[in-house]
Amino acid sequence: MRLTLHVWRQANSAARGGMVTYQLDDVSPDESFLEMLDKLNEQLIERGEEPVAFDHDCREGICGSCSLMIDGIAHGPDAATTTCQLHMRRFRDGAEIYIEPWRAKAFPVLRDLITDRSAFDRVIQAGGYVSVNTGSAPDANAVPVPKADADAAMDAAACIGCGACVATCKNASAMLFVGAKLAHLARLPQGQAERRMRAKRMVEQMDAEGFGACTNQLECEAVCPKEIRVSVIAAMNRDFLRSSVF
Amino acid sequence: MNLDPKIPAGDLADKWDNHRFRLKLVNPANKRRYRIAVVGSGLAGASAAASLAELGYEVDCFCFQDSPRRAHSIAAQGGINAAKNYQNDGDSVYRLFYDTLKGGDFRSREANTYRLAQVSVQIIDQCVAQGVPFAREYGGHLANRSFGGAQVSRTFYARGQTGQQLLLGAYSALSRQIGAGKVTMHVRSEMLDLVVADGHAKGLITRDLVTGAIRRHAADAVVLATGGYGNVFYLSTNAKGCNVTAAYRAFRRGAGFANPCFTQIHPTCIPVSGEHQSKLTLMSESLRNDGRIWVPLRHGDKRPPNEIPDAERDYYLERKYPSFGNLAPRDISSRSAKEACDEGRGVGESGLGVYLDFRDAIRRLGRDVIEQRYGNLFHMYAKITAEDPYQVPMRIYPAVHYTMGGLWVDYNLMATIPGLFVIGEANFSDHGANRLGASALMQGLADGYFVLPYTIGDYLAQSKPGAAHVDHEAFIEAESAVEKRIAALLAIGGRRSVDSFHRELGRIMWEYCGMARTDAGLRRALEEIPALREQFWSDLRLLGGADSLNVSLEKAGRVADFLDYGELMCRDALARTESCGGHFRVESQTDDGEAKRDDEQFAHVSVWEHRDGDEPVMHKEPLTFEYVHPSVRSYK
Repeated sequence: MRLTLHVWRQANSAARGGMVTYQLDDVSPDESFLEMLDKLNEQLIERGEEPVAFDHDCREGICGSCSLMIDGIAHGPDAATTTCQLHMRRFRDGAEIYIEPWRAKAFPVLRDLITDRSAFDRVIQAGGYVSVNTGSAPDANAVPVPKADADAAMDAAACIGCGACVATCKNASAMLFVGAKLAHLARLPQGQAERRMRAKRMVEQMDAEGFGACTNQLECEAVCPKEIRVSVIAAMNRDFLRSSVF
Repeated sequence: MNLDPKIPAGDLADKWDNHRFRLKLVNPANKRRYRIAVVGSGLAGASAAASLAELGYEVDCFCFQDSPRRAHSIAAQGGINAAKNYQNDGDSVYRLFYDTLKGGDFRSREANTYRLAQVSVQIIDQCVAQGVPFAREYGGHLANRSFGGAQVSRTFYARGQTGQQLLLGAYSALSRQIGAGKVTMHVRSEMLDLVVADGHAKGLITRDLVTGAIRRHAADAVVLATGGYGNVFYLSTNAKGCNVTAAYRAFRRGAGFANPCFTQIHPTCIPVSGEHQSKLTLMSESLRNDGRIWVPLRHGDKRPPNEIPDAERDYYLERKYPSFGNLAPRDISSRSAKEACDEGRGVGESGLGVYLDFRDAIRRLGRDVIEQRYGNLFHMYAKITAEDPYQVPMRIYPAVHYTMGGLWVDYNLMATIPGLFVIGEANFSDHGANRLGASALMQGLADGYFVLPYTIGDYLAQSKPGAAHVDHEAFIEAESAVEKRIAALLAIGGRRSVDSFHRELGRIMWEYCGMARTDAGLRRALEEIPALREQFWSDLRLLGGADSLNVSLEKAGRVADFLDYGELMCRDALARTESCGGHFRVESQTDDGEAKRDDEQFAHVSVWEHRDGDEPVMHKEPLTFEYVHPSVRSYK
């Protein structure tokens, strides 16, 4: 395959970035999208140009490192698929592909396609946990958890923290991410003691980080590689309201 | 090199209890005066950092990823073992201990393995309390599944994402301590050297991967939780960033490296599709319950699989191991696949693959049943290969998955450098020459939650807090060494990219130190690796500078260490002329081609010591078995 790539290049967070166009030949349809970028980088190095920096690690769709807006879609055209699991056979020979970093005020660009997503970590640090010290747990079967609750908690807990929900949202809202963690813990008996406090703290931190509000366009759900449902946002709003009213 | 394992006296079942009583304690009010550096934020690192902070210590935690939640523990699929015996099927601490020791082909310590089995039960309690959504039965109690190497159901799981959920549990505990100010988290920070001052580990040198700043960090003890060395093969199921640098730098500073040749090669991975391949993807071992493995009988038979009649197929595992058949253990299945391909009977474009065929299972059970059991795996396979495994057999091939070797540690998980502790995959202690499925998660969390927090206190109680200072000459020397090395890498000015060297090293390692190792092959590798290293240091092309985010520079440092480490692996593999677990020496096999262990000569841990400007020297820690008598593993 022959491709024309338009890639966002930016030297560092202070520098001005811009799109740069590259031609890439000999792309195999069996390559993953990131392997295609590896190939581009090998060619750039050969030509004496600095390679394109992008985040990636497991390349199995679970670590949440990889990102990329591909033709304007977070993680590219396939549903329920991270960029690392996207393959070039999904594109046609001769295609032009636009590759950009996540775009959100709370995720500043560090270089090229790499952004700083530490805001997500700070939201979790504000309350995304059950306060239980090592060693103080009762027997694991002491508290039965209905299967439906465990399954629903697992659905929400599947979030990989990639940030696609924020990147695709016109308001750069992080509510799908925050709602997923709250919904995960709120469905389990272990999460009840701190439920309202958790919602309050995480939402406040989310606002402090500069993430926007939700206007119910559901784009986050459409691009989420782990298919987290927007119902977690409704649950988040309920718990947040309770924490402030009662 | 002092290799006293410090195994406590007493009966096997009482050793850990006795030992915990004898360990010295740090007064609760004094704990905050001690600073501990934890490198790595996977299951072992995150659980240790969180638990130590809860106890009151001041903790610095480092990871090279952009968040501690991304450590590669997150990719583990199958589950975590624990001797809960919730299924009432005869499990016990002793049985888990026995299975683990035997699975490791009797090359691990009895006392360490027993302790692992003991604390396994607490891990599940802890994780449930954190909100880990384990699979449950309708009654609300925890579900279990069976796994390889065991006849009881003791594996706890969260769909196919057990590693992710356990890591997020440990990450949440870590996050709580970061929020509380007890852990200082350093993301995008890579450890480039260990600082040893007056004979004790007293800190580390890191590079900030965004700004390039080199920093000194002083500590009263250093904990390495930096994972395994599987990426020395370039292609493995490890994440792209996994590397041996922290462990190898500690080795250079005097820490003994134990059994560096022990590597687990997993039989069921998606084969390499071409030169572009950047990593390998595991397909769960459970597929072998219903899939039949075969290759064409005839060499070079290039017909599509469905056109090859049964009479011209070789179901080689069923032929060679009639009683275990397609469920032969990992090491044996992997080797057999390699043999078939070496004979020219491999399938797929590259010839490096064998069929895993569900045709008969679909005929027998119907497509629906197969879809229920393996639907997600079939979907993943189709996504990567663009082939429909319901219609044509899957192609699979073995791939490097886990490394049992690691830095040598005693019963307290302390390395040969006092004050340096090593936990999780980075140490060598519990899995011997082969790890059983669902035991890696168990070990990482056992070390981090329930072993290290006790044993590190014993060391700290005997040392003065805050004794290390970043102005000590050891810090100045280490920082300058790191800076010189970075400058040297950038100054080479050659023609070849880092990746091209890494691929070539991987090819050498896979060829000569992979599934089957020979004296001649290993000797050849020991010539080729130094030659490649010389080329690396004279022909590497590295663009950009040291003072900015420079991905190639990060890789270059890691590959430089892999080039040294690969040589150490081959030395170790050459010295161990027996076959055991995942280490198969072609010269040491029975008449029918099975691995032949040599307990007379090799019932020991090989521990390598670095010597500046000279070849490393090997020491031995003898392994003694008081409770389980080593036996021959047979699967015929």
